[in-house]
Amino acid sequence: MATLGEVLDGKEICICAGSGGVGKTTTSAAIATGMAAEGLKVCVLTIDPAKRLADSLGLKELGNQAKRVDPKLFEKQGVEMKGELWAMMLDPKQTFDELIARQAPDEESRERVLNNRIYQQISGALAGSQEYMAMEKLFELHTEGDFDLLVLDTPPTRNALDFLDAPKRLTQFIEGKSLRVFMKPTGLAAKVTGRGVSVALSVFKRIVGFDLLADLAEFFNAFSGMVDGFQARAKRVNKLLADPSTCFLVVCGPQGEPVDEAVYFHRKLVEAKLPFGGVIVNKVHYPAEQLRAEVEGLPESLTEKLGDEGLAHRVAANFADYQALAERDARNIKHLASELRTKGVIRVPYLDEDVHDIAGLAQINRYLFATGEERVAMAAGLA
Amino acid sequence: LRGYSDTDPLFLPGREIARNCPIPDLLDKRLVIVTGKGGVGKTTVAVALGLRAASEGKRTIVCEVASQENASRMFEHTAVGFHEVEMEENLWSISIDPDESMREYVLLQLKVRAMRDMLFRSRIFNYLAAATPGLKELVTIGKIWELAQLDRKVKKGRKYDLVIVDAPATGHGVGFLQTPRTFASIARVGPIHSQAQTLDRFITDHEHTGTAIVALPEEMPVNESAALERDLRDEVGVAVDRVYLNGLYPERFSKAEAEKLAALAETENGATRAAARAALSEHGRARSQRAQLSRLRRRVEAPVKTLPFLFEPDLGVEAARQLSRRLG
Repeated sequence: MATLGEVLDGKEICICAGSGGVGKTTTSAAIATGMAAEGLKVCVLTIDPAKRLADSLGLKELGNQAKRVDPKLFEKQGVEMKGELWAMMLDPKQTFDELIARQAPDEESRERVLNNRIYQQISGALAGSQEYMAMEKLFELHTEGDFDLLVLDTPPTRNALDFLDAPKRLTQFIEGKSLRVFMKPTGLAAKVTGRGVSVALSVFKRIVGFDLLADLAEFFNAFSGMVDGFQARAKRVNKLLADPSTCFLVVCGPQGEPVDEAVYFHRKLVEAKLPFGGVIVNKVHYPAEQLRAEVEGLPESLTEKLGDEGLAHRVAANFADYQALAERDARNIKHLASELRTKGVIRVPYLDEDVHDIAGLAQINRYLFATGEERVAMAAGLA
Repeated sequence: LRGYSDTDPLFLPGREIARNCPIPDLLDKRLVIVTGKGGVGKTTVAVALGLRAASEGKRTIVCEVASQENASRMFEHTAVGFHEVEMEENLWSISIDPDESMREYVLLQLKVRAMRDMLFRSRIFNYLAAATPGLKELVTIGKIWELAQLDRKVKKGRKYDLVIVDAPATGHGVGFLQTPRTFASIARVGPIHSQAQTLDRFITDHEHTGTAIVALPEEMPVNESAALERDLRDEVGVAVDRVYLNGLYPERFSKAEAEKLAALAETENGATRAAARAALSEHGRARSQRAQLSRLRRRVEAPVKTLPFLFEPDLGVEAARQLSRRLG
């Protein structure tokens, strides 16, 4: 079984994907720290990380600039840092504005797009633009080539599929092919617009109100000079994502639902021919299987050792609860491994404290980067 | 019970209304929105609220959005889709698909069948509908509104006492609820303008609409819940009635006991050591969770109610039923 270090060896991009609430941000930060500690120059890109995690990395504000995490912070926590860790908190709106500025043929078209209400909605709030901009920034940083490895913490999508589809949906929207054809007042469009189209338009107009339609038309007109640029760029982004130097890691939790999502997402990755690197399960309750025989008389032996029967029973009941969760986790992970046809499921235990500092990240890395034997030993130690 | 109509007068804006009501009041509303960060147990809480209301004799429907089927899965029911399906006595479930909602909306708007058929076949119309930012969210909220009417627009529509929405996760969540207001301001004319206004009034009418945030006792979910409450209040204009802190570990061991167990974990081996360590882990978690609970209480204005962590392998409908009895 390959270790995470081996999986990431020679990779230039690592994308951590999964549904919300499974610890993606922490995992991304931990992976970036681990690879930087090995001597690489690594940048982790994230949207809206936990405040304390950001604070602990010395990142105070949102900005589209990569900032180096102070090496002294690692020293203080006793982490040997051979390389460099950089971090960037992505501002999707600003990234989109910058992209428009780069793609616009002239200042006038730029201003027209930036001031368009439809654009402002899309760039600010529309689901999908965050994902698209994350990819965009990733592509930009990769092209600049300042880093050995880029780690992307994908935005919190409702389900993992949104993340893969969003850029395509957004480019298609911007292309607006079928719409642009009949938006032109003259030319070929006038001939192809039959009665059906005009009725559809008038009904749509009746439903949404005329202003919105005018805004849409204005939006596509403003974008018309940039469509080719967007398409070309989207193609290059897609090529980069499918490149063997890119690696997708699926992150999930041990409960049934996140595991199902991970299985689903893996299938989508395979279908899209994107390079799958491995799966990481966070917050796993480790079982103590080898101890099952001893659990039988546990309340009695605990009573003897603690001299407190009430406490002994509570300790035994608590242990039984933990074991039940551990068995569930083991079952779900087994299912996950067989669905993904991989033995390389990396399990990070449910730690006693939330992870929000460099020491915590280092603790997670002991599990993330462990070899097979180390994992077995640590699992036994935890039980 | 009162229904809504397009002609209802403007209700009071959300901010001027008291933000604290006991649970009978919450379940006496017509609509309860359950929101929060992903993975915190929104569906479980939405279903628990539904079970509670249903057990009190209220005809209740739990709505999922964006084609999710989490609630029906909890009941081990086949996917319900865009249908109101009875899960148990007094409790229904629907998964609101935006395309179906759009279709239904157009059906209600256009009385001429030939025109409707033409429209649904039209690529242009489908493209426009897909391309207009927020239209999917708007028709989804429109469907929620329709479900909450006593005078249902849909033929032979069942009358519900309470509609519970399992809203999208934070981030998309505030945007989702804001859609009607955004639409009302962009589309200044046309039927959608007045309808968007009606929907906005519906969402921000605190007499009939309640909101519950679900949080977990961890750093990031607590931060996000506080931010979410602020955004809901200041940007959407809804008042938050409850924050449910889900998954709170019991405090099984005192500090003195923990010290005793730590000593035991040092000297013993095998199952005794493992059990002592599990107890210490529980103790540590329970303590850090209590710290997050007090942080949450300091940072949000709405009353915080806790829901226990259930040591059960799979959170099905029986787990939700347990929680439904503990809802404050």
